[in-house]
Amino acid sequence: MSGNTVGQDSTDGFVDIRPPLTGTDEFVDTEPKASGAFLELRDLRVHFPTDDGLVKSADGLSFALERGKTLGIVGESGSGKSVTSLAVMGLHRTTRANITGEIWLDGEELVKASDDRVRSLRGKKMAMIFQDPLSAMHPYYTIGAQIIEAYRIHNKVSKAAARRHAIEMLDRVGIPQPSSRVDDYPHQFSGGMRQRAMIAMALSCDPELLIADEPTTALDVTVQAQILDLIRDLQQEFNSAVIIITHDLGVVAELADDIMVMYAGRTAEYGPAADIFHSPQHPYTWGLLGSMPRLDRERSDRLLPIKGTPPSLINVPSGCAFHPRCGYAELTGGRSFDEVPELREVDGTHRVACHLTAEQRLRLWDTEIKPNL
Amino acid sequence: MKRRNTVALFAAVCAGLSMLAACGSSGSGGTTGSSGGTAAAQNAALTSIVNPSTHKGGTLNLALTNTGDSTDPGNTYYAFNWDFSRLYARPLLTYKAVPGNAGLTLVPDLATGLGKVSDNGLTYTYTIHSGLKFENGEPITTQDVKYAIERSTSYAPDVLPNGPTYFKQYLADPSYPGAYKDKTANKMGLTSIDTPNDTTIVFHLSQPFAEFDYLATLPQTAPVPPDKDTGANYQTHPISSGPYMFSSFNPNTGFSLVKNPNWSASTDNFTKQNVDKINVTYNVEAADIDSRLLNGSLDIDLDGTGVQTAARAKILNSKSLLKLSDDPVTGFLTYAALNTQVAPLNNVDCRKAIEYAVDHVTQQTAEGGPIAGGDIATTMLTPNDTGYVKSDIYNFLGKPHGDQAKAKEELQKCGKPNGFSVNMSVRGDRPKEVATGQGIQEALSQVGIKVQIDQFQSGQYYTNFAGSPAYVHSHDLGIIAGGWGADWPSGFGFLSQVVDGRTIKPAGNTNLQETNDPQINAMLDAAAKNPDANARNSIYTQIDQKIMSQAEILPEVYAKALLYRNPKVTNVFVTKAYGMYDYTQMGLSS
Amino acid sequence: MIAFIIRRLFSAVLMLIVVSMATFAVFFLVPRLAGQTTDQLAAQYVGRNPNPAQIHAMEVKLGLDQPVYVQYGHFLKGIVAGADYDSGPDISHCPAPCFGFSFKNQQPVWPQMLDALPVTGSLAIGAAVLWLVAGIGIGVLSALRRGSFFDRAAMTGALAGVSLPIFFTALLSLAIFRDTIPLFPDAGNYIPFAENPAKWAEALVLPWVTLAFLYAALYARLTRAGMLETMGEDFIRTARAKGLPERKVVVKHGLRATLTPIVTIFGLDLGLLIGGAVLTETAFSLPGLGRFAITAISDQDLPEILGVTMLAGFFVVFANLIVDILYAVIDPRVRY
Repeated sequence: MSGNTVGQDSTDGFVDIRPPLTGTDEFVDTEPKASGAFLELRDLRVHFPTDDGLVKSADGLSFALERGKTLGIVGESGSGKSVTSLAVMGLHRTTRANITGEIWLDGEELVKASDDRVRSLRGKKMAMIFQDPLSAMHPYYTIGAQIIEAYRIHNKVSKAAARRHAIEMLDRVGIPQPSSRVDDYPHQFSGGMRQRAMIAMALSCDPELLIADEPTTALDVTVQAQILDLIRDLQQEFNSAVIIITHDLGVVAELADDIMVMYAGRTAEYGPAADIFHSPQHPYTWGLLGSMPRLDRERSDRLLPIKGTPPSLINVPSGCAFHPRCGYAELTGGRSFDEVPELREVDGTHRVACHLTAEQRLRLWDTEIKPNL
Repeated sequence: MKRRNTVALFAAVCAGLSMLAACGSSGSGGTTGSSGGTAAAQNAALTSIVNPSTHKGGTLNLALTNTGDSTDPGNTYYAFNWDFSRLYARPLLTYKAVPGNAGLTLVPDLATGLGKVSDNGLTYTYTIHSGLKFENGEPITTQDVKYAIERSTSYAPDVLPNGPTYFKQYLADPSYPGAYKDKTANKMGLTSIDTPNDTTIVFHLSQPFAEFDYLATLPQTAPVPPDKDTGANYQTHPISSGPYMFSSFNPNTGFSLVKNPNWSASTDNFTKQNVDKINVTYNVEAADIDSRLLNGSLDIDLDGTGVQTAARAKILNSKSLLKLSDDPVTGFLTYAALNTQVAPLNNVDCRKAIEYAVDHVTQQTAEGGPIAGGDIATTMLTPNDTGYVKSDIYNFLGKPHGDQAKAKEELQKCGKPNGFSVNMSVRGDRPKEVATGQGIQEALSQVGIKVQIDQFQSGQYYTNFAGSPAYVHSHDLGIIAGGWGADWPSGFGFLSQVVDGRTIKPAGNTNLQETNDPQINAMLDAAAKNPDANARNSIYTQIDQKIMSQAEILPEVYAKALLYRNPKVTNVFVTKAYGMYDYTQMGLSS
Repeated sequence: MIAFIIRRLFSAVLMLIVVSMATFAVFFLVPRLAGQTTDQLAAQYVGRNPNPAQIHAMEVKLGLDQPVYVQYGHFLKGIVAGADYDSGPDISHCPAPCFGFSFKNQQPVWPQMLDALPVTGSLAIGAAVLWLVAGIGIGVLSALRRGSFFDRAAMTGALAGVSLPIFFTALLSLAIFRDTIPLFPDAGNYIPFAENPAKWAEALVLPWVTLAFLYAALYARLTRAGMLETMGEDFIRTARAKGLPERKVVVKHGLRATLTPIVTIFGLDLGLLIGGAVLTETAFSLPGLGRFAITAISDQDLPEILGVTMLAGFFVVFANLIVDILYAVIDPRVRY
């Protein structure tokens, strides 16, 4: 869990199976309709009431994703990346989270759907790969048993058939000798193998939406590439929609069609991957790019880390949440300090939430940022 | 006769609970009152037979906090066992089954009459009933009685270590090696007992002993068939000569007695066979015995030492329960020995100062108060012993809180007008005894006598400390807490072990005050020889008064025990011989 | 695994020998070092006002006149090869394992302990079933309904359960359910199961509940804490992400992981209890090993003290071994 400090398991260690508080009273219903996109989030807000105040882990997110496409969600720890994906999976339903907004999946709204309906979609229509497969897999059950379990929840087949399927899945994700390794326990696998097994488990019911939460963070660099390749291959095979959550822009550079940069629960910048890499608009995105190691850089050059630390979600800075760390906040004439920037279109689908004018951003990118990358 | 230790912890908890009215049932819980018996009253069983009845049948349930010493009649020194074992092991003689002083009268049990003593006082002859049978149908003969004595603690202490050894002391042929090492035919090698025929037995004494009949009441005289004797294992199934026999035995959980089909009322004028079965449960928690008594699932506490604190409070506060209780004197004296060899208590006046200074009410309270503790004692002999005559030379009862003026006078006389220092020993694991020590300490400090209390473990108290004169002298133990009960209810039975100077032993000494008065020794010898019971009793009275006038012991209480009888138990009375209920006549109402 | 078990068995035996030596030293050697003579020791096992010959006879009989190491040798030999005892008319043989003969009632110790064992076993196992079901059930529900009225009530009850001394709850339960409302008139009056199962249960219900109350409280707290921790684990989220129904998530994934440390503690608790549930047995006057131990100590019955210490030690060591083996079965990550 290096990606998030706020999530279903870390808000306050709370586990609650009471009916979720979906916060319908805050929800302004204006005849929601299915959109054309396979997955669409509209103004999604995930708020956790805590003893210290309301934690707005996700605060007004919107995006759309088509089948066969990949969205990369990028941000630092606590930016709300994982919370957002868990909200899509309906995994906040066992917590006290207040969720408002709409999540449309293949023409079906999920925020207001019943627990049972969402449960039946989980694992089948949408599946998730977690960051640390050692802790994300049950230590007392074999790999096979865990895949078989996942498969049999949604497919009424015999254990033997499920087992054959599990072996087949393991084979598909590149586990050697899958028919014997199917009976191994997670701890008997290497880190990369575990992640493959995790992917096999997630894909066992051919999900149409695959969410990968930091799928490579815990892995060796060589294995990282293999896993990313695997996800890409499988995506092509199943034509799934994929969301990759990462703090590492490098991971999504090759994979993602679209990228959403999140900061303090809000979207900082959103757009096609090419735009984000070639003409990033948000100072935070610049910071992320600057802290990315690159092979073409001189060894003596220092990375350019973003100064300061991510904000606490309980005391989010006023105005633009990034302004205390932003080197250019002074250029906005004070708006950054007390006005929350709206997400505004740059061109096409490329949007940014920044008070700097387009000219300011262009000048800064060209003169100060790009040469130093 | 040993008494059970109070488990103070449980008693205390139960006492706390009783405030919630929750420790044991109140009122008539579980019992239906006596049917067909006389209306019971408090202490009714001290003077009358409660619920007299000849009704047969039922199961009598008894319990013990421990296991007793042994069910083997040849191997027991516990008072309740001497009382209870008569149901399955008939001694030659026993005590008349009536309440009050008449209960100290000797009557025949297995024998047909009291012992016939020869003119020189050296032989006692008894005749037993003819036609007696053991539980297995084999005839009971006087050889079986002789064998029983041959195997008893007197002669086989390595196998049966717990009983008294009076036979070895009083019979001729004291070097007899015991039945288990007897090489003679039929193991009849003890020359001091003759069995001229199957119903006659003759005891040859080494010295005249007028109270020999009391020894004939010991369970050790109950017949044991030699071919059925299993020595240390005999306790698991003593072959019955009485109305009940063993049907089960477990050394830790207890035993059951059922009717002995080979017993006949025609050859037993004494013990009754009223109930069908008797269960004795061992190792029941003391407070739990009380609860079970009060809820009616137990009939009698076999130990006969009385209920614990919580149940006592309950009984004393309930009119209906009070009627079902008795508060007899048990025949046990608690006292503090004033050692005549430890300075300055080697001076009689210094000892007298202590007699006067002590607060007797405090001592009584320390022992548990007038009900559970006992009556303030003013003599050495208890009211249960022959020879007891009421006397109070230091006016304990007139000045129950002590007489400091007199005490100071005595201190003047003994040359210690400002008091002195002395050590006192108590058994630290007996809270009551510790409390009496503190009472003495407090009272004596009022007249300048400083008492330092030393606590010892009761297990080694007599063997190593209080009972070791060498230890006593070297540690200046001038005041020694102790207690005594007679082995048989006569002055001799009480006094012979505690005031005879010739019984002072280097270890295990019971003459704690180390009385060694040639006059007293001679008086005891004279009493032992005197066939006239009245004359003997007057000697005991004189010895008692002599000890008191020499202030060699400080009597504390004649112990009493608050006993509870289940109202459905019939023929209940307290026998003075054992200071508890007589178990030989009991039955159950329908 | 086999090698591990053999190694552990070996060390268990070694442990028991150490226990026996320590116990022997405490009860046989220390009194001598404290200056007691052998006849003073023997005097504890004879009747009132004994004469010196009587004491000496017992001293020889019990072997107290011999050096302590010789007595210890006899003790060990008895366990391995059995022992003989002069019971008077004949020699009693006590076959191995012979823990000697009681100094108090002269009966062989081993059969007496075997007698007491089913009582303690019935008590401990019955109570264990109760406390496992109640403790784990309450713990799970409390964890899942954290902060609810049920949780608060259960945890207050658990606090009471852990804090109230057993002899208090025992006496209270007797006073209420036997003496005031006679639901169990024969509470504490142990009857073997084979003889009369209904009476067996009647005697044991209150002891079970009393003992289970204490442990259930402990286990409820343990389970609750464990469950709260487990339900926050990543693999629980994974299980939910698969679409598993919540009940299965809790039982199959949550409870399974929570139970592992509880099984460990349970094994040790049960081992300790079977060695003698001293307070419960005393309060209910149950003739089990705990009561046996208390009686042995109050009688200074050295062979019984040694025997029961060894037996209790055996159960603890054995329980440890079982727990270690079980651990490998439950948790596949553990290998020996």
